[in-house]
Amino acid sequence: MLGFLKNPIVVTAEINMNLLALTAMGLISRLRGLSYPRAVVFDEVYYGQFVSLYMKRIFFVDDSGPPFGHMLLALGGYLGGFDGNFLWNRIGAENSLITQSRFMLLESILIFFILLAVLSYLKFYNSQSYSSFSGSWWFWLLLTGVACSCAVGVKYMGLFTYMLLLVITGLHFWHMIGDQTLSNVSLMCHFLARGLALIIIPVTMYLSFFYVHLALLYRSGPHDQIMTSAFQASLEGGLARITQGQPLEVAYGSQITLRNVLGKPMQCWLHSHKNTYPIRYENGRGSSHQQQVTCYPFKDVNNWWIVKDPGMQQLVVSNPPRPVRHGHIVQLVHGITTRYLNTHDVAAPLSPHSQEVSCYIDYNISMPAQNLWRVEIVNRESDTDVWKTILSEVRFVHVNTSAVLKLSGASLPEWGYRQLEVVGEKLSKGYHQSMVWNVEEHRYGKSQEQKEREVELHSPTQMDISKNLSFMAKFAELQWKILTLKNEDTEHKYSSSALDWITMDTNIAYWLHPTSGAQIHLIGNVLTWASANVATLVYMCLSLWYLVRRRRRIYDIPEDAWQLWVSAGGICVGGWAVNYLPFFLMEKTLFLYHYLPALTFQILLIPIVLQHLSNHLCRSLLPKSMFSALIVAWFSSVYLVYCTFSPVTYGEPSLSVAELKDLRWKDSWNILIRKR
Amino acid sequence: MGSYYINRTFFFDVHPPLGKMLIGLAGYLSGYDGTFPFQKPGDRYEQHNYMGMRGFCAFLGSCLVPFAYLTVLELSKSLPAALLTAFLLIFDTGCITLSQYILLDPILMFFLMGAVLSMVKCNTCADRPFSTSWWFWLSLTGVNLAGAMGVKFVGLFVVLLVGLNTIYDLWDLLGNLSLSLVLFGKHLLARVLCLILLPLALYMAMFAVHFAVLNKSGPGDGFFSSAFQSQLIGNNLHNVSVPEYLAYGSVVTMKNLQMAGGYLHSHWHLYPEGIGARQQQVTAYLHKDLNNLWIIKKHDSNTAGLLDPSSPVEFVRHGDIIRLEHKETSRNLHSHQHEAPLTRKHFQVTGYGINGTGDSNDFWRIEVVSRKIGKLIKVLRSQIRLTHVATGCILGSSGKTLPKWGWEQVEVTCTPYLKETPNSLWNVEDHINPKLPNISLDVLKPSFVEILLESHMVMIRGNSGLKPKDNEVTSKPWHWPINYQGLRFSGVNETDYRVYLLGNPVIWWLNLVTIGLYILIAIPATVTLKRGVQLTSELKELSQVLLRGGGQITLGWLLHYLPFFMMGRVLYFHHYFPAMLFSSMLTGITWDTLLRFCTGFLSSSTTARKVYGGGILVLVLLIMYSFYLFHPLSYGMIGPMASDPSSPMAGLRWMESWEF
Repeated sequence: MLGFLKNPIVVTAEINMNLLALTAMGLISRLRGLSYPRAVVFDEVYYGQFVSLYMKRIFFVDDSGPPFGHMLLALGGYLGGFDGNFLWNRIGAENSLITQSRFMLLESILIFFILLAVLSYLKFYNSQSYSSFSGSWWFWLLLTGVACSCAVGVKYMGLFTYMLLLVITGLHFWHMIGDQTLSNVSLMCHFLARGLALIIIPVTMYLSFFYVHLALLYRSGPHDQIMTSAFQASLEGGLARITQGQPLEVAYGSQITLRNVLGKPMQCWLHSHKNTYPIRYENGRGSSHQQQVTCYPFKDVNNWWIVKDPGMQQLVVSNPPRPVRHGHIVQLVHGITTRYLNTHDVAAPLSPHSQEVSCYIDYNISMPAQNLWRVEIVNRESDTDVWKTILSEVRFVHVNTSAVLKLSGASLPEWGYRQLEVVGEKLSKGYHQSMVWNVEEHRYGKSQEQKEREVELHSPTQMDISKNLSFMAKFAELQWKILTLKNEDTEHKYSSSALDWITMDTNIAYWLHPTSGAQIHLIGNVLTWASANVATLVYMCLSLWYLVRRRRRIYDIPEDAWQLWVSAGGICVGGWAVNYLPFFLMEKTLFLYHYLPALTFQILLIPIVLQHLSNHLCRSLLPKSMFSALIVAWFSSVYLVYCTFSPVTYGEPSLSVAELKDLRWKDSWNILIRKR
Repeated sequence: MGSYYINRTFFFDVHPPLGKMLIGLAGYLSGYDGTFPFQKPGDRYEQHNYMGMRGFCAFLGSCLVPFAYLTVLELSKSLPAALLTAFLLIFDTGCITLSQYILLDPILMFFLMGAVLSMVKCNTCADRPFSTSWWFWLSLTGVNLAGAMGVKFVGLFVVLLVGLNTIYDLWDLLGNLSLSLVLFGKHLLARVLCLILLPLALYMAMFAVHFAVLNKSGPGDGFFSSAFQSQLIGNNLHNVSVPEYLAYGSVVTMKNLQMAGGYLHSHWHLYPEGIGARQQQVTAYLHKDLNNLWIIKKHDSNTAGLLDPSSPVEFVRHGDIIRLEHKETSRNLHSHQHEAPLTRKHFQVTGYGINGTGDSNDFWRIEVVSRKIGKLIKVLRSQIRLTHVATGCILGSSGKTLPKWGWEQVEVTCTPYLKETPNSLWNVEDHINPKLPNISLDVLKPSFVEILLESHMVMIRGNSGLKPKDNEVTSKPWHWPINYQGLRFSGVNETDYRVYLLGNPVIWWLNLVTIGLYILIAIPATVTLKRGVQLTSELKELSQVLLRGGGQITLGWLLHYLPFFMMGRVLYFHHYFPAMLFSSMLTGITWDTLLRFCTGFLSSSTTARKVYGGGILVLVLLIMYSFYLFHPLSYGMIGPMASDPSSPMAGLRWMESWEF
C-alpha cells in the first residue's frame, strides 16, 4: 500500500520484488498445513452445507449475505481444492487474519475484494492526473466497480466499503468541479464514466449473482417454506410438483387450499375439522360451540375449501367456469364437512378482542349463519381483477361485521390440537400479512355428491397450464427475505460485543482435537492490534493538530505530504470506521471475525503513520536511527508474538496444560483446557 | 402524569421529567387536585379541573407559529416566505390536534423551535459578538436546549443541530486571521459556557427538583435498584433495618441486578404443556408481592431443625451449596436440561418438590462476585451469583416478557454461558430473620450523580424496551412524510366524538414535494457556484439564502427524521412533527426563492412583483381552503365514519389508510 502511494507512477522492479515476496510470505503463512485438521471447523459446518447444496442444486436462503460468496466457495470446491483466497497483506504475521483465511469462511473473500477495490481505486485516482480515459484508467476504474460488487455480493458488510469509495469518489469529483480548466463536456464525461463504473456495473453484477444463484438452484430445498407460494411453485420438485398444471383462475365451485401469507410462526393453511369449540373455556368465557376453524401447518385433506356462489346451490364449476373477481361475495364451504365458514360477535378463544371464526352449525338458538365473505385482492392491478391461484393475495372481509379473516399467531390449547388460532379482526388497521391469504392448491370441482367429492378431495391435483415468475420478481422477493429474515436472537458462547474487539478481549475457538490439547482459535496478535489502535489514535490527533494549524495558516509539512497524509490516512481510517462503527447499531449476534475487515484497514494505517513520523518528525540523524531501531524491535516482537500463538493458529503442535495456561494472557480469553 | 407530582408519589416514565413537571405545575396553579386517575383514553374528566393543563399545552403549541415566522424571517429576510411558513403551521390540522391536549409534544416542540430561533438570532448577531443581545440569544439557546432535552430524548437531535452549527461557526472564526487566538479562546469559552455548561446545569437542576418533589414511594419503585428505593418515603427499604449477614432459615427477596430487573418470583401456576417440564413457573416480577419471598435452606438438612428457635444461627458463606424454597408454595428453585420457554439455548427454571423435599437438581452454589471462599454474604450490598450444581449453569433473568400464560412477567432462565453480566447477578433485598439483630443500613445512600445515572439507564432501557409485539401493526417512518396513516386520538364508533391526528394532506404533500424541489434547485446552485460562474448580486443573495438558510433547515429536518429509521422501539405518527416543523420552514424558503428567481426573468418589474405576489397568494389560499375541508379532523366530528358514503367526510378520504 505504502509502496503504491509513494511511487504512484513508476512501478519499479524493486516494488514488484517486494510485492512478490510479501505475496509469497502471505501464501506460506496461510497455506502451511492447510489440510490439517481433517475435521470441520466452526462455521465451516454452516458454509460447507451451503456448498454441498450448490453441488446438489438445491434452493436455500441464508440471511447472512448475498449468494456470491457461497458461490465462490462452491466454485473453489468444484475446481478441486480451496486455494487461500487471501493473496496480499502488508504484514504477514497477523494470527487472526491467518486463522480466518485458512478456513472456508467468507471473511477472507470479503477482505480480499475490499482491498482489491480500494487498491484499484487508488490506482485509478493516480492515473487520473496524467492520463484520463486511457486504457489503464478505464481498467482500474472498472476493476473498482467489479471488486465493489463482488465485496457486496459476498457479504453485506462490503456495502460499507462501497459507500466509502462512493463518498471518496464524490469528494474527488467535487474538487474536479471546482477546477475551471476542465470544460463542461469533459466534466460530464468524467461524471458519466464514474456513474457507469461505480453504480451501473456493480448493480448489474449484483443482479447477475442472483441470476446465477437462482439459475443454479432450481430444486426445492430446506428453506422453501419461508418463500411465497408463487416462488415455491417455480422450484422443481417442491410445490411445483403439486401446483403444476393447476387452473389459474379461481371460479365458483373451485376447490382450494388457502395459505396464510405471513408464514409466521410457521406456514399454515386454513383448516377445519369435526371438533367444536368447547362450550366454556378455562377462564369461564363461553363460545359458540360450533366447529373449529384453525390454521394447520401440515398438508391435510381438511385444508380443502370450496368457493360457492351464495345465490346458487351447486358446488361444481359450471361450463364455462365463472371466475371470481375482486369485490365478489362468496361463501367458503369446508370440503369434508360441507359446513360454511362463518364468523359472529363471539369472542375468539385466545384473542378476546377479535371475533371467533367457526364453521357454522345451526343449534336452533337464534344464532343465524353469517357466512358471506367479500373477496378483496390486495395486489390487484384494477378493480375487476380475477382471483388467481398462487399469484393473488386475498383478504376475506366478512360482509355483516366487516371483520377480516386473520391468523392471530397464537396456538390453541389441547382441545384445538395446538393448531393456530384464526380470528375475525374487527379493527383491521391497514395492511398486515397475517390477514392475507393465497390459494395454493386448486382444482375445478366436478363431483356433485359428497361421497364422490371426498374421493376427489383426497386425490392429488392434476391439470395443466403453468405460470412462472419473472427473474426480477424472484430477485425482489429473495432479496427482501434475505434482508428481513431474522435469525432468532441467539446467544453463542463465543459471541462478543463490538467494544471487546478493539482491545481483543475475546476469541473464538474454532476446533479442538478430540484427544490432545491441540486447538485452533481465532485470536489476534495482541501486539499488532495494540499498535494498530495506537496508530489510529496518533493519526487522528496529528490530523486534528495539523488541521487547526493549517486553519491558522501555519504549515508544518509540505503540501504534497499533507495531501498524501489526508488521502491515504483518510481511506484507512475511513475504512476502519465504516467497517466497525455500524456494528454498534446492529442487534444481531456479533463475533470477533466481524471486526477483521476493519482491522485490515487499521493495520494498513500503521506503516503510513510510521513513515510519516520518520519523515517529518525525526529530522536529525540520531532520532532517525533510533526510530529505525525501534521499528526493527517492533517487527521482531510482532514476529515473536506470532510464533508464540502459532500453535493455536495452526492447531499444531498440541500444547500441554501449563503451556496453554501461559498463553492465556487475558482473563477474558477462552482457551480450552482439558480437565484431567 | 402530572398527578404524580401533585401527589408527590414516585413514578417511572421513559421520558425525562421536565414536560410532566411543567404540566403538573400548570395543573397545580389552575387548581387541579391530582385525584383524577388518567387511566385510559375515553374516561370522562367529570368535575376535575383540566382546562389549565390543556390551556398551557395549547399556549405552548401556539407559540410555534411566531417562532417559525421569526426564524424564517431571519434566515430569508423575506416577509412572504415567513408568512407562508406561518400559514402552513396555522392551518395544519395535525399541529392543531397535537397541541390541543395534555401531551408532551407541544412542550417539546416549543423548546425545540425556541432553540432554533435563538440560534438563528444569535447567528445574525455574529457581527457584534459579546454584545448584550448576543449573550442573550446565546444563553437562551442553551436554556431551550436544556428544555428540549428535559422533555423527551428526541431533544437530542436539536442539540446536535445546534452543536454542528456551533462547530461550523467556530471553524469559521478560527480561519479568520484577524482574530487573535485570545479572542478566539473567548469565543470558545462563551459557547462552552452557554451551550454546554448552562444546559447541563439546568438539566441536572431539573432532575434535582424531580427527585426532591417525588419523595414518596409509588408505582415506579420496582424499576429501580435497592439503593435507589431506600431514598423513597414509604418504601420498605426507607430507613431500613435488617440483619446484615445472610443466614440459613432467613426469608429473603432476590432482585436481579440489571436495570429494571425484577424480583425472583414463583406462583402456583405451572408451565403450560409443551413448554419444558410441566412444573411450577419461576419468573421475575417487577412489583412487590408475597410470592417474591424465598427461604434459604441447607441443601442436606431438613426444615425442622432450622425453625427451632434454640438452634444457633448459621450464616451462609460464599461457595456454600444451598436450596431456595419458595415460601408460599414450599417448592424448591429447580433447574434441569429442558429448554427455557423463550431463550431456547438456556435451561428452564421451575419450582419443584413438595414441602421442600425435592431432588439434587434443587441445589445451587451461592457465590459473591470477587470474594474469597468462606466469606459471609451481605444483604443488599453483595452481588450474588447462583450456580446450579448439577448442570453448572447460572441463574439469570433474560429480560424477555413471557406470554399470557406467564402473566406477562419476565422470563427466568439458567444460562450455560458463563458470562458475567448483570442479568445473572442478584442481590438480597428484604431479609427477615427473627434470630438476628437488625442493623440500620444507611450506607446505601446513593449520591445524586448515581441516582441521575441510574434513572437515565432505566429510561434508556425503558425506551428500547418498547418493542412492537408480533403481528402488531405499527407506524413506519416512511409512512410519515406522505401522511399515510394518522393516529386515533379519541372515539372509535359512529356515535363518538372523534378526533383524528392527521396532517392537512395538502400541506404535507406540499412539504414533501418541496423537499424534492429543494434538492433539485440546490444541486445546480452549488455546482454553479463551485464552477465559479459570475452571478448578479441579486442571484448571489438568493443562492445564499437557499444554501445557508435552507441548508440549516434541511439539516434540521434530516436530524429529526432519519434517526427514526434506526430505532427499534415502537414508533408513532406524532414522532414526525418536529421534522414537520423544519419541513414547513423549508417550504416557505424554497417557494419564496423559486418565485423570486422565476420572476427575475420577467422584463418589467411591476409584472414580476404581481406574479410573485400572486404565486404566494395562491399557495396561501390553497392552504386555507384545504384547512376548511379538513378542520373537522382536529375539532372533532360526530356521525358516520368516512368509509360510509353518507358521511360528510366521505369525499375527503383520499387515502384508504385514513380511518376517520
